[in-house]
Amino acid sequence: MSNKPSSPSRRVFLRQSMAAVPAVGLLGTSALAQTQSAAPAAQAAYTPRYFTAPEWEFLQAAVDRLIPADEHGPGALEAGVPEFIDREMEGAYGHGGFWYMQGPFAPDTHPTLGYQLRFNPRELYRTAIAAIDDWCQKQHQSTFAALSPEERDGVLHALEKGDITLDQLPATSFFAQLLTNTKEGYFADPMYGGNKHMAAWKMIGFPGARADFADWVEQPGKVYPLGPVSIEGDKA
Amino acid sequence: MIRMKPVDVVIVGFGWTGAIMGIELADTGLNILALERGAYRDTSPDFSYPHNADELAYGIRGKLFQPLSRETVTIRHAVGDTAVPYRQYGSFLFGNNVGGAGIHWNGQHYRPSPEDLELHSHISKRYGAKFMPDDMQIQDYGLTYDELEPFLEQFEVLCGTSGRAGNINGEIKEGGNPFEGPRKRDYPTPPVADTYGARLFADAARALGMHPFPQPSDNASQPYTNPHGVRLGPCNLCGYCERFGCFMYSKASPQTTILPVLMRKPNFALRTHSHVTRINLDSTGKRATGVTYIDAQGRQVEQPADLVIVSAFQMHNVRLMLLSGIGTPYDPNTGKGVIGKNYAYQMMSSLGVFFDQDVAINPFIGAGSGGVQIVDDFNSDHFDHAAHGFVGGAYIYGGQTGGRPIQQLIVPPGTPGWGAAWKKAAKESYLHATTVATHGSVMSYRDRYLDLDPTYKDVFGQPLLRITFDWHDNEYKMSQFVTSRAQDIVRQMKPKATSLTLRKPGDHYDVRQYQTTHTTGGVIQGSSPETSALNRYQQSWDVHNVFVTGASAFPQNLGYNPTGLIGGLTYNSVKAIRENYLKNPGPLVQA
Repeated sequence: MSNKPSSPSRRVFLRQSMAAVPAVGLLGTSALAQTQSAAPAAQAAYTPRYFTAPEWEFLQAAVDRLIPADEHGPGALEAGVPEFIDREMEGAYGHGGFWYMQGPFAPDTHPTLGYQLRFNPRELYRTAIAAIDDWCQKQHQSTFAALSPEERDGVLHALEKGDITLDQLPATSFFAQLLTNTKEGYFADPMYGGNKHMAAWKMIGFPGARADFADWVEQPGKVYPLGPVSIEGDKA
Repeated sequence: MIRMKPVDVVIVGFGWTGAIMGIELADTGLNILALERGAYRDTSPDFSYPHNADELAYGIRGKLFQPLSRETVTIRHAVGDTAVPYRQYGSFLFGNNVGGAGIHWNGQHYRPSPEDLELHSHISKRYGAKFMPDDMQIQDYGLTYDELEPFLEQFEVLCGTSGRAGNINGEIKEGGNPFEGPRKRDYPTPPVADTYGARLFADAARALGMHPFPQPSDNASQPYTNPHGVRLGPCNLCGYCERFGCFMYSKASPQTTILPVLMRKPNFALRTHSHVTRINLDSTGKRATGVTYIDAQGRQVEQPADLVIVSAFQMHNVRLMLLSGIGTPYDPNTGKGVIGKNYAYQMMSSLGVFFDQDVAINPFIGAGSGGVQIVDDFNSDHFDHAAHGFVGGAYIYGGQTGGRPIQQLIVPPGTPGWGAAWKKAAKESYLHATTVATHGSVMSYRDRYLDLDPTYKDVFGQPLLRITFDWHDNEYKMSQFVTSRAQDIVRQMKPKATSLTLRKPGDHYDVRQYQTTHTTGGVIQGSSPETSALNRYQQSWDVHNVFVTGASAFPQNLGYNPTGLIGGLTYNSVKAIRENYLKNPGPLVQA
């Protein structure tokens, strides 16, 4: 076997990406402001393939509260989290391809024994969103998406704690799924549709796919100077 | 049914121990066939950069794991409960494909402490047999540390393990682990450089009089050529290690230590997409005639063989023995029977350690095992347990394996799980936090075992393996004690804030949280067929031409990561096969 710690393509990739990274790029708030203004247009360009129009409105209104936009960094909307989730629904993951989905199902099992619903992610979103919008209509005479930000926070808190009873599934199961997928989309490589412009990585200081710190481990306690790169070679 | 040409040796499952068996038997000239349910995988192209640096695909969706949609296990907390399927990955991660979990492991390469191998005798002698609760059924391995030492070393030399010796021939060495069993010589390569979090941890531990040392690691610290002539390159601390393959040829795996040589041997063959469903026995039930597997097209295939090596993952080994009817299934009501007996796990706790903005931890700099510091003062029987009332212990770990943000980002205690406050905390904490964790043993008990599930089936219609497991008081006590020592270290690190995850009495085993993939037992080795399934050479007491490798042989779990011991036991076994069994096939130990 050849001892090949670094392929030519990798070296070229790193050289190119490093050259373009400004030294101040680590937390760059100015770059952040740019992505915030550019984001709505990018988001509008995406047409969901799985979610229906009312579901899409719900999803955007929900993730906007889970990770809101503010001066610290991008919100889930501008980061493209809804697009990420919609794309995940169309793949093996959304169809439950990674989960054991044979019955019988015992949804009342102790929660420490894990997910026991018969819904794959696609079915879980569809069933839960309809049920939550129904609940909001009864309580607030409005869809979830049309509620104020404070009211949406209230509904999300109640789902998280299980204070809302939904017809076909435990509210806590859906909330956990939604929050998990939201954070995945926020922090995954941008090639999956979220983390647009690597803005979430820039916010926290994660260098993404750089994946080579042989030099910096010898510099304990020193701030790492380079901004992130993505798998497809974008730099920020 | 298709019937293949007979082979001399068939290896079931082609991960670490299957590869060791293959290479060590290849020089005998025997015809060897390995059957692997998954696909072929190699560093290039399967783990290549930059595609490997994909947290979602590998770390979260589990691209290298066994698809649970095809086969999983069921779990219940107590005898009498109804088990339910492990539908999504959480607590432990099954490997898949050539290399198995040896591809996506961390590379934490420990030896057992000498007392771990004779635990029942040791505890009885030092504290008296009454020190163990009535339902605890820990046992000895049937061999001693001194007997196993050459084989533990052989596995380290294969892997190029990096580390610093603490005890060479009884002489304690500064900077190593003073509690380890005597080694004949130092590690093959020096330790990987410490990450900053590990340095802060080690300084604090030393200030308290503890004995921190670099974690023994199969992330190579420098170029290394092993005795097969296979070469590893130095680790670059990329932060994509555990759950990932290694694009740097740095993490020891079958691919980076054995396969480049073994795959070229003319008397060795590998058949992938071949899922073994039975070990076949002759009419006496005392001799195996080979195995039956399902091939890529779904056809049943009979593969005759003179010698059967069962070297799949621990749980899969147990299930195959039960499906094949080899050995008596364990019965928790009577305590009799051996297959499925003494399932055990490990108990972890962890502390998030949060510093001010001027402390640059850079958590993304990490290796699966290198660059981390360990305190072993409270593991095994390294301290007097008399006043504490429990058996076992844990090592304390300081540092981090990476800073992948979906999974490894931590926030201070009291932070909400979402919203503006979560986001602000994530931003402010990420670069300035590290981890201290405890990695603890779990003893074996009469009511903790494995059998076949009566309801749930795999994709081929075969029953799933059923786990009956929950924590016992001994382990809550152990974890509380060692976690308190970890908290002492963390206080000395003077962080701004600390979070704690500790399993307390009354907390059930929670399959949703990753703890370790170190599941053990079910086909245990020992000195008597009444109490164990295998003899000290991992040979079945019941069917002498069946050997079963891996952590399924552990009579109880230890506080260390299991792979170093697994490798040592495999070398011990294959030496006995080569030098004794092949000349005179039959029981290597008289019952």
